[in-house]
Amino acid sequence: MINLSIRTMAEMLKNQEISVQELCAVYSDRTKAFNHSTHAMITINPELNAAEILQAQSLIGQDEQLLAGIPLVHKDLFCTQGVKTTCGSKMLADFIPPYNATVVQKLSDKGMVSIGKANMDEFAMGSSNEHSAFGAVSNPWDLSRVPGGSSGGSAAAVAARMVPVATGTDTGGSIRQPAAFCGITGIKPSYGRVSRYGMVAFASSLDQGGVMAPSADDCGLVLSAMTGHDPLDSTSAQQPRLNWEKPSSPEHKGLKVGVVNAWIDELQDEGIKQKTLDAIAHLKANGAEVVDIKLPHAELAISAYYILAPAECSSNLSRFDGVRFGHQTKAVDDLESLYRQSRSEGFGEEVQKRIIIGAWALSSGYYDAYYLKAQKVRRLISEDFKQAFAEVDVIACPVSPEVAFKQGEKSDGVSMYQADKFTIPASLAGLPCLSMPIGFTQGLPVGLQLIGNYFDEQSILQLADQYQQQTNYHLQLPEAFA
Amino acid sequence: MSINRKELEEIAALAQLNIPEKQVSHITESLNQVMDMIELINDANTSEVKPMSHPNDAWQLVRQDEVTDTSHKTELLALAAHADEDHYLVPKVIE
Repeated sequence: MINLSIRTMAEMLKNQEISVQELCAVYSDRTKAFNHSTHAMITINPELNAAEILQAQSLIGQDEQLLAGIPLVHKDLFCTQGVKTTCGSKMLADFIPPYNATVVQKLSDKGMVSIGKANMDEFAMGSSNEHSAFGAVSNPWDLSRVPGGSSGGSAAAVAARMVPVATGTDTGGSIRQPAAFCGITGIKPSYGRVSRYGMVAFASSLDQGGVMAPSADDCGLVLSAMTGHDPLDSTSAQQPRLNWEKPSSPEHKGLKVGVVNAWIDELQDEGIKQKTLDAIAHLKANGAEVVDIKLPHAELAISAYYILAPAECSSNLSRFDGVRFGHQTKAVDDLESLYRQSRSEGFGEEVQKRIIIGAWALSSGYYDAYYLKAQKVRRLISEDFKQAFAEVDVIACPVSPEVAFKQGEKSDGVSMYQADKFTIPASLAGLPCLSMPIGFTQGLPVGLQLIGNYFDEQSILQLADQYQQQTNYHLQLPEAFA
Repeated sequence: MSINRKELEEIAALAQLNIPEKQVSHITESLNQVMDMIELINDANTSEVKPMSHPNDAWQLVRQDEVTDTSHKTELLALAAHADEDHYLVPKVIE
């Protein structure tokens, strides 16, 4: 029951082998039971919402996208009307939004049933989920290790099958890296594909909502329902809705896959390197034409990203003033102190650090030398990808140079930042990309990243689905949660 | 490029943050590690390159200038720590 695809669950619901209430109760019970060990959730709805269940049940059989009655959790930065939305921060510990994010509304309209809100790094800033004001998340494959971040709660919840699917967001790798660390599939679509309305902002030119689930097919089904132009988000793309079509054959005939061999060569972890090479050999054996590609400016991506993302963060987070919403300090008698004290108490150290870096990069004297320079480097990186996609259909490369690391192992921020080197380039370019499980090393999952051309989510999902038709890494469950 | 205590205090003031005295040296050190990392950006030759502020070559969309009659004043004011029926309440700013 707990390791079924969305298509199978939809079939069972349609055939009345199970009701929406029963299906959602299975997962709600697992979420409650396993949250003690994983801390994957910040909020678990105490009871299933009867009206939601009734609405979902009425949609069974009518819903072409097969999502009616499927339970899910939302990353706790998607605004949910009447349900606390903390963003992993003390700043928003008691924030109850008066409206739904577009993503939440679209999935609710399809009859998906939310059973709670997933833990995350505070304001989506972090790669380990250790920076949550509500406690660190544990990786279901080894509870002493991190699940990755910032969508670590979503990844851990899916890996432990506390839910069959979760929403996430990705600014520099926050869906792909936790998906890789937790042995699930996670897709970040093209920038603009999914509305950011009601998604608490970190870096507005990079943030993008996406999906985390066991398989590419599950991700494709849910992502399709999340897409489409949204007049409430001026950066939402004027593109028709994604219409994921599952391929019927596992053959990749005629598909050109570009491989960034330089990135594979620099992998220090022999286990990850071998699994990556094996996965690429598998694609080749199934008919893909594999060619070496180069992304010469990608080595500058981390430097550019850690100027641009903090700059946008410092600007976005200036809205938290302690006055209109969010944490307000007590016992101050002037407005300036109210602002400063509320922000200093409400934001954690990592968030404050990034605000300061951003304020510095945008300040007089450094703006041209750093912020503008980083924007120019961003274009060079984007041009590298454009050249690559003139030759290939999909790019395959590692997600992370390491498997899930021990909690507390990375005490200095910079080594954690540098581990995002393979995910950040595609984020800066705004391209669709996913991570899929390709095996295990030292008992821990390894992911492969697939990057597609602008608005071509279909190709990367298709390649991942074809790989998953012939492998079962995405269906493996951690022993303690089987 | 590195940042010293005085600069940290100036930037923190710009960002409306108080850095507690006992954290100043730790945060300065941590920021300087990041500064070293981002310094690499100066290796790039960008003399002929146009800045890229956004991944999509899109322009700002405009909507029809139609009156919308929804007021959310009550729900929004309810989110504030201190408010009356029409205002956010803050410490006195004018004597």
